[in-house]
Amino acid sequence: MTNRPGADLHLPEGRRAGQPCVTLLHYWRAMRGIIWRELWRFVTQRERFISALVRPLVWLFVFAAGFRAALGLAITPPYETYILYEVYITPGLIGMIQLFNGMQSSLSMVYDREMGSMRILMVCPLPRWFLLISKLLAGTGVSILQAYVFLAIAWFYDIQAPWQGYLWIMPALLLSGLMLGALGLLLSSFIKQLENFAGVMNFVIFPMFFMSTALYPLWKVKESSVLLYHLAQYNPFSQAVEMIRFALYGQFNSMAFIYTLVAFIVFMASAIIGYNPSKGMMMRKGGA
Amino acid sequence: MNSSIVALSVEDLSFSYGGKKALTQVNFKIQPGECTVLLGPNGAGKSTLFSLITRLYDTRDGRIELCGFDIKRQTLLALAKLGVVFQQTTLDMDLSVMQNLRYHTSLHGMGRKQAEQRIQQELERLNMYDRRFEKVRQLNGGHRRRVEIVRALLHKPSVLLLDEPTVGLDVPSRLSIVEYVHQLAVEENLAVLWASHLIDEIYPGDHLIVLHKGQVKANGTVDEVLNITNSPTIKDAFYSLTQGEQA
Repeated sequence: MTNRPGADLHLPEGRRAGQPCVTLLHYWRAMRGIIWRELWRFVTQRERFISALVRPLVWLFVFAAGFRAALGLAITPPYETYILYEVYITPGLIGMIQLFNGMQSSLSMVYDREMGSMRILMVCPLPRWFLLISKLLAGTGVSILQAYVFLAIAWFYDIQAPWQGYLWIMPALLLSGLMLGALGLLLSSFIKQLENFAGVMNFVIFPMFFMSTALYPLWKVKESSVLLYHLAQYNPFSQAVEMIRFALYGQFNSMAFIYTLVAFIVFMASAIIGYNPSKGMMMRKGGA
Repeated sequence: MNSSIVALSVEDLSFSYGGKKALTQVNFKIQPGECTVLLGPNGAGKSTLFSLITRLYDTRDGRIELCGFDIKRQTLLALAKLGVVFQQTTLDMDLSVMQNLRYHTSLHGMGRKQAEQRIQQELERLNMYDRRFEKVRQLNGGHRRRVEIVRALLHKPSVLLLDEPTVGLDVPSRLSIVEYVHQLAVEENLAVLWASHLIDEIYPGDHLIVLHKGQVKANGTVDEVLNITNSPTIKDAFYSLTQGEQA
């Protein structure tokens, strides 16, 4: 027997002592497992599926209908004609679906951490950045599914985009979902207890949603407050909504794309640091 | 078996939460095939030690090695050697037994065929194979624990950590789990570290580490600990080492 690390003790099949234990196939299988679990949970939790759809639909059928008369909208890109208020807020409501989904994932991370199932993920032999990205992709997949179901219902409500828009919106939803999910991950690395999540609702979700272009265009905001206009302009959620809006009409908004991409990178990098046991918040919180 | 082989090695390990010391200069080694009981009252530092071994916390002072792999520098190789049963249930209640176990095998990069084979083997050993399609929520506490032990063994770890796994279980479930884990250590040449505060879970052949206020107060076989403390029973030895605190 030798004194090489691990040489004398049995190793998982197909591995030898001293060799890297993580292969590309291992990464693929793990990511597939994480995404499958998230999708399965979402599909089987019917209440979660329905409530995720009810929220934007209430806004569309009730709020938008009520405000249709009160708000007049000028012709602004990507629209080429006067539009109904319902048409304007549809991309904003898709953003809302993804924003809430991102926060829901964040909530489930905090819940998993409190309940302990997060530990099983964290002690598997894969880098944490990879596990977090897999979790993020899984959550984004769920939000894209929700967004398409919402668009299908909106189509029957006569909110119809060109058919190409339904294809173009896919990459936009992917990036915006990743950005908002990464924000959720970052927040979850700071939140110690489930009870603190109410604070996230009040201080993150609502300000982010209301100080954005989801419900009203920027020029309209500027008419009432220049400060609010700037806040809305630099709000990453606004940029994500604009990217979705343009994509739905087959157009590419480069500014919104770059802004959302940069926000995603910043949030993701910060979340990875937050979950790093030697650098992040986990040490200070005394729990993983 | 070469007696120099060490499955788990903890050297000069210290850890603080802010200014509060949780562990001070902890040292011990565990050999394959050995069942080591980590005995300590609440707040002794058992959970902190487990969090450090599983890399949930960062090791700043001291060193932890699993089968010769440094948990800090060779994290993935070290974690591949580790099976863990946490104190709280970490199963997904809304998934079936099989789905929970498949999820674990995918995290460990196991292929479908190998995974199915290992799941069947381990579930059959604990007479749980017939219940594989039941949702975890439908299982009682003892059966959930069995599933967690099965899960921890699927990737054939060399070291098995159990953090008070019998808490809240009825006596028959507790005894059967204690017996099964002792049997595993011998049959699978597995190094077991079992955190507990229940003295009746200790077998005469076990290795014993008594942790108190973050310090190792005794480390040896049951007989050695009894001799050092000049006590007739483990209970007395524990009381004398922890100055009368409840385990």
